[in-house]
Amino acid sequence: MPDSLLFGTEVVLNGLMAGVLYALVALGFVLIYKASGIFNYAQGVMALFAAMTLYGIMVGQVPFSHLINAIFGTHIHHFGWEIPAILAIIVTVVVMVAFAWLVQQYIFRHLVGQEPIILFMATIGLAYFLEGVADLMWGSEIKALDVGLPQGGSFWIEENTQWLGMGNENFYGFFLDQLDLIATVIAAVLVIALVAFSQYTKQGRAMRAVADDHQAALSVGINLNFIWVLVWSVAGFVALVAGIVWGSKSGVQFSLSLIALKALPVLMLGGFTSIPGAIVGGLIIGVGEKLFEFALGPALGGATENWFAYVLALVFLVFRPQGLFGEKIIERV
Amino acid sequence: MFYREAGDFKVSYQQDSQTFPIKFDRYRYYAVMAFAFLVVPFVINDYWANAILLPFLIYSIAAIGLNILVGYCGQVSLGTGGFMAVGAYACYKLMTAFPDVSMIIHVLLAGGVTAVVCVGFGLPSLRIKGFYLAVATLAAQFFLVWLFNRVPWFYNYSASGQISAPERDVFGVIITGANATATATYLFCLVFLVLCALIARNLTRGTIGRTWMAIRDMDIAAEIIGVNPLKAKLTAFAVSGFFIGISGALFFAIYLGAVEVGEVFGINKSFLVLFMVIIGGLGSIFGSFAGAAFLVLLPVVLKVVGVDILGWPTDIVAHLQLVIVGALIIVFLIMEPHGLAQLWRVAKEKLRLWPFPH
Repeated sequence: MPDSLLFGTEVVLNGLMAGVLYALVALGFVLIYKASGIFNYAQGVMALFAAMTLYGIMVGQVPFSHLINAIFGTHIHHFGWEIPAILAIIVTVVVMVAFAWLVQQYIFRHLVGQEPIILFMATIGLAYFLEGVADLMWGSEIKALDVGLPQGGSFWIEENTQWLGMGNENFYGFFLDQLDLIATVIAAVLVIALVAFSQYTKQGRAMRAVADDHQAALSVGINLNFIWVLVWSVAGFVALVAGIVWGSKSGVQFSLSLIALKALPVLMLGGFTSIPGAIVGGLIIGVGEKLFEFALGPALGGATENWFAYVLALVFLVFRPQGLFGEKIIERV
Repeated sequence: MFYREAGDFKVSYQQDSQTFPIKFDRYRYYAVMAFAFLVVPFVINDYWANAILLPFLIYSIAAIGLNILVGYCGQVSLGTGGFMAVGAYACYKLMTAFPDVSMIIHVLLAGGVTAVVCVGFGLPSLRIKGFYLAVATLAAQFFLVWLFNRVPWFYNYSASGQISAPERDVFGVIITGANATATATYLFCLVFLVLCALIARNLTRGTIGRTWMAIRDMDIAAEIIGVNPLKAKLTAFAVSGFFIGISGALFFAIYLGAVEVGEVFGINKSFLVLFMVIIGGLGSIFGSFAGAAFLVLLPVVLKVVGVDILGWPTDIVAHLQLVIVGALIIVFLIMEPHGLAQLWRVAKEKLRLWPFPH
């Protein structure tokens, strides 16, 4: 095989991996949007908050220690214990459920029936609020999250694909990050679990009923408040998974919350209301932006990843406004 | 007692269609204008100009521009930062290419260039609606910032990649660069703000504003009663782009003087202006002023209280500011989705009946 084709394949593979990560974030959006019609901009910050909380619990940081020290003049910082990752994850899930309850109880319960755009603005406000709280609680420095996921390239794949080069000396086999591979597996499991949950459990079916029609669901005796808390909790859990994967990859820091912005074009492409759409959209964007950067990036001055996804989604939407898998938008007067 | 139409007789057509139909409102307006033009310039100093007044004036222009698009025409845009960058870079290119032409013309032209760009990115709005459009405008935000970062022509091949405003004067008074006085920069921005506000106020109560509002309330219904959605949406994008471009040009040339595009005109700027519009009140010119004033003053007040009075570290105050801004937005949306402008309207109604409320 010629060089460029080989490298192209590697770019596609890496793009697929990146796409899985985008899809992971996009999933959280779709869940909340389907069930409550809220376009949750705070999803990225939720991932950041979850990852920071997980880290803080693992190393035994005292929450708000900075603020407390500033007010009372004390010098506390750590409890002095360390908690194994698995236990910390469970505690973090509890925190995210509590967060979901708070959000529902104090914010979105009061905004039922408002226009979608008002709800969207509220989630932007929530994103700011949560970002501030996360920084106050755990400090804003970059943290290296390590929950035991493997790092670095996978030698096994590298060795076993070397023959593809057919004696080409520049080719040492495909380079794939182990973490990306794990992330793919995690994402796949998560999606299967979510689909199973929404198809086969009572709560999952209630969730789908609410997604279809709030009032009809209410009239057959579904507790809307509970379902919304449930949905936010599930979204919080997805955010935690995304936070763990991204946090292990590049450290827990502010830029983690920006992955929400990366997930937006994924959603547009796949349609806001479709879980398969989020995944296919994520893969298309992941591969598309890597290939585009590979093929045209050097000619255009590089860093085209910043905008390629958006422009692709924009062009795509002009031809199909509801996205790939979205429900057809029917408007009535 | 105040804001009462009674006894305020209109005897000519012109009087009936003036901008402020209520007498008290009109006098209040004159009083504010007199204060802004005749008192403030003589008492202003550098701190007040740079910390509060200039950002307030410039953000007000941007907020009015965005309010026309979001509040009046209902097209949500998250690309304000990118469009402000267009204004700033257009102004920079014009300033360096034609040093002898007046700054007033440069700023207006920068607004024009931004209007054209804004219309270009507004074209998809004919097909895409709601959230999809909001995300589509993010394409403008990221693409434009990338463009100004990566194409050296825009920053005249300067080594740092920054643009910095050369010294220019208007009618012999220096208004850009380090030697500009607070009074001069303040007055220059104020003139633009007053003109923009007047234009916006009169556009929104005329035919064009009503077509915008018809589109906002329900675009299909508007189309059926004969509003041309193409014309209405694109004029909204154009007018909004014009204002935002002017504010971007002023922000760069008058206020900051030197700009690094990713830092100054990033996505946060888009959100900041959007928050001003929401907190101030969607679909209200006064609301744009109120929102801009609120969000310009808030960090200053927090800094004074937190850092200077309580003596907390600056990073904590910065984080607290995020918390407070976020919480305020949520509280506003829950308590008063129509923003500060609605509070003002309610206050006016109360004042109208005062002191005999029954």
